[in-house]
Amino acid sequence: MRFISYLIDGIRLGSVYSIIALGYTMVYGIAKMLNFAHGDVIMVGGFVIFTVMSTWGLSPVLAVILAIIVCTVLGVTIERIAYRPLRKATSLAVLITAIGVSYLLQNLALLIFGANIKSFTSVFSIAPLRLAGGKLSISGETLITIISCIVIMIGLTLFVNRSKTGRAMIAVSEDKDAAVLMGVNVNKTIAITFAIGSALAAIASVLQFSSIPSISATSGAMPGIKAFIAAVFGGIGSIPGAMIGGILLGVIEILGRRYISMELSDAIVFLILIIVLLVKPTGILGKKYHEKV
Amino acid sequence: MDMLTVKNLGISFGGLHAVDSFNITIKKGELYGLIGPNGAGKTTVFNLLTGVYKPDVGQIFLEGENITGFSTIEINKAGIARTFQNIRLFKNMSVLDNVKCGLHNRYRYSTLSGIFRLPSYFKTEKIMNEQAYEILEVFGLEDEANTLSSNLPYGKQRKLEIARALATNPKLLLLDEPAAGMNPAETEELMSTISLIRKQYGVTILLIEHDMKLVAGICEKIFVLNFGIELANGLPQDVLNNPEVIKAYLGE
Amino acid sequence: MTETWRKLSKSTRINTITVGIIILIYVLCQIMISAGMMSYLMKGLLMQFCYYGILAVSLNLTVGILGELSLGHAGFMCIGAFTSAFFSKYMVDIIKNTFLRFSLAIIIGAVSAAVFGVIIGVVVLRVRGDYLAIVTLAFGEIVKNVINALHIGFDSRGFHIALEAGKLELLEGGRMIIDGSQGIIGTPRDSTFTIGVIFLILTYIIIANLINSRSGRAIMAIRDNRIAAESVGIDITKFKILAFTISATLAGVAGVIYSHNITTLESSKFGYNMSIMILVFVVLGGIGNIRGSMIAAVILTLLPEYLRFLKNYRMLIYAVVLIVMMIFNWSPACINWRKEHSIKGAVCRLTKKISKTKKEA
Repeated sequence: MRFISYLIDGIRLGSVYSIIALGYTMVYGIAKMLNFAHGDVIMVGGFVIFTVMSTWGLSPVLAVILAIIVCTVLGVTIERIAYRPLRKATSLAVLITAIGVSYLLQNLALLIFGANIKSFTSVFSIAPLRLAGGKLSISGETLITIISCIVIMIGLTLFVNRSKTGRAMIAVSEDKDAAVLMGVNVNKTIAITFAIGSALAAIASVLQFSSIPSISATSGAMPGIKAFIAAVFGGIGSIPGAMIGGILLGVIEILGRRYISMELSDAIVFLILIIVLLVKPTGILGKKYHEKV
Repeated sequence: MDMLTVKNLGISFGGLHAVDSFNITIKKGELYGLIGPNGAGKTTVFNLLTGVYKPDVGQIFLEGENITGFSTIEINKAGIARTFQNIRLFKNMSVLDNVKCGLHNRYRYSTLSGIFRLPSYFKTEKIMNEQAYEILEVFGLEDEANTLSSNLPYGKQRKLEIARALATNPKLLLLDEPAAGMNPAETEELMSTISLIRKQYGVTILLIEHDMKLVAGICEKIFVLNFGIELANGLPQDVLNNPEVIKAYLGE
Repeated sequence: MTETWRKLSKSTRINTITVGIIILIYVLCQIMISAGMMSYLMKGLLMQFCYYGILAVSLNLTVGILGELSLGHAGFMCIGAFTSAFFSKYMVDIIKNTFLRFSLAIIIGAVSAAVFGVIIGVVVLRVRGDYLAIVTLAFGEIVKNVINALHIGFDSRGFHIALEAGKLELLEGGRMIIDGSQGIIGTPRDSTFTIGVIFLILTYIIIANLINSRSGRAIMAIRDNRIAAESVGIDITKFKILAFTISATLAGVAGVIYSHNITTLESSKFGYNMSIMILVFVVLGGIGNIRGSMIAAVILTLLPEYLRFLKNYRMLIYAVVLIVMMIFNWSPACINWRKEHSIKGAVCRLTKKISKTKKEA
């Protein structure tokens, strides 16, 4: 029974990673860059909710809506100011700039909110689900997290495959120059990609900080890195890959923490990643890249 | 002994036969042309011959040695060098260094010797410099030796790629569309350069080209490839007047 | 004298001048120190210049010369730091000769890092590009986490290792060497500014000489066009592993210098944050430009200290400066603007105009 409860906890954590990983994988697939600052956008979302709920004492619904708006605007602004000028530069240059943005966000948060860890009240007030005669208890936050993840995954897949914008995104990810020739507005498409990714980051922050109710300026960095690893794990550029990678990562992390060692759980996650990439160098669902000779 | 003997070479990609039943014999010192419409599989043949692709069926013999299935590096060591359809120069290195890379396996010294500047470093680098300049002079590139290779005009970049391939001292040189993008004057110059390197280095050449003037001008034999299979193979006057060949290029 | 100078190749001349400048700066610093003109703050920074310089130059070998993005460089430094500190602390009473003990520590640190360099090199052969970045990042974190969890002590019965605090049972007179997250405390402070500068110069010479040699050309060929490199017979596997190993070894040496200059050695400092900081030095100094790496390492280590007066705003300003510099240096729009407005460009255009009028005359 304990194993199942750990498994569910792992799926919960994995769901959060999946949602964050989606942002990474979409931006990578379409704008061809690693948005290192993605994790810190989550932190910003978390702080918005904290401010709205704890400092201003307003309703949770307003907090969530505001968080989504702020994160989306932030993501699009960052893309416009910091990343778009470097679109034709080498990928290393954009990566370093993204790192700069990440530092910027972290230090802004540090400045405004101080270094202390703030405690968070959960956005949700749903009673836990009791199964197996009361022996297994799943918290409301966990339920909502897992369900959100599934809904987002289905919604996003439908959006990308069926809508005009979604198909434009696929076009840009396959061949930017050809997409321009087909009349696709690349700037707008990339902006929308960042908007969606950042909105998802906001949702992820709601789910994550409701389950683990503490936040500080560096709260976004590690989940960001882990979600990035999950995206690579599942095959970067692949939406179902982000889901599989995220869930697997969450489960491995929680099981590792409970059954092997608390301190080494991160090391175990990273080690498994390396082993998987050795066997499947482009990730679980990644596409094989053939260079034309 | 023949320089290159290819027997029944073939490869498919996802059910499509890119190259099928490819047979060719090239004599030592010969200049053979490989022509055919776009998409016929010519570069695929080159990729098969240089180990970029492993053939599904068939065998390749270089001067009697069976090199089927060898890796690209092993094939270069056995004696085949090539140029590429889309120029693959070492863009961030100088013209001289590009050629010196071609000399990599011919003149060696250990990494340690390079780091600690032992005598073998100075001795070998001196020889490599001399050899590299010699090759550059053949191509008329010696004045641009220290220019960044990406700063060269297009025609000279193509020549540099050939120079680099030649630096590996190959028995067989594969040239993939060496005249692509060249104007008539540059093409004339290329033709005389090719004749020169044949005379000077005695190298056997197989070249892919679309420029019929060049093909008719210097090739001793021509192989025509269409949809991955042989359409014609023989002397230029026979091949180029073959009605099937003309039909393949110009359509019905 | 001028005869020999003229005979040297251009690159050898540049390298000699660079080493000369480093020695000059070193001498100047020593003079300032003995004249009491150097602040306590600056003295502490001098060691940092040395090991960050070594780290930046060695990372540039992987990122700039080989062209592979490595985000785990701090991991190699960590290995070098801990293995050498472990050795030194354990041997502090057995080998009393500082010179001998520290020399052995350097060798141990370098070799341990080299071993991992080979391992990572082999792993990395299979993966490409951004996946490689992730693998190196993961490696750095694994090293940091594992060392963080190690408790190694030693008593009359021999060595004891445990992965959790409090599980180690040492007898009377036993000594703790690595204490989990507390790391290693009390490593003999054997490294000095002089030693740091010596190894910085050695690192520069090794990498500079490597670049201008056959192996260096092979490594750069792999960076510029892997398929073409194969077509001229360059052994990709051998040279990729070589580049990673040399880079790792030098990072390990930086770790040894670092660990023998501080009181407490904790692995938590060697995570991706440090790896990224070193990467920033490399990119800002110029990818492939090893002199630039050293300059950037010094300036970017100095800058936060000088911005201290801005107090809480300094890291914020640092981040903004970083972003602005990146966009200014790398965005194609800015590059074109600079070409049109630069002094060099104006001179070029003027020269072209003069030669054109000469031709027409």
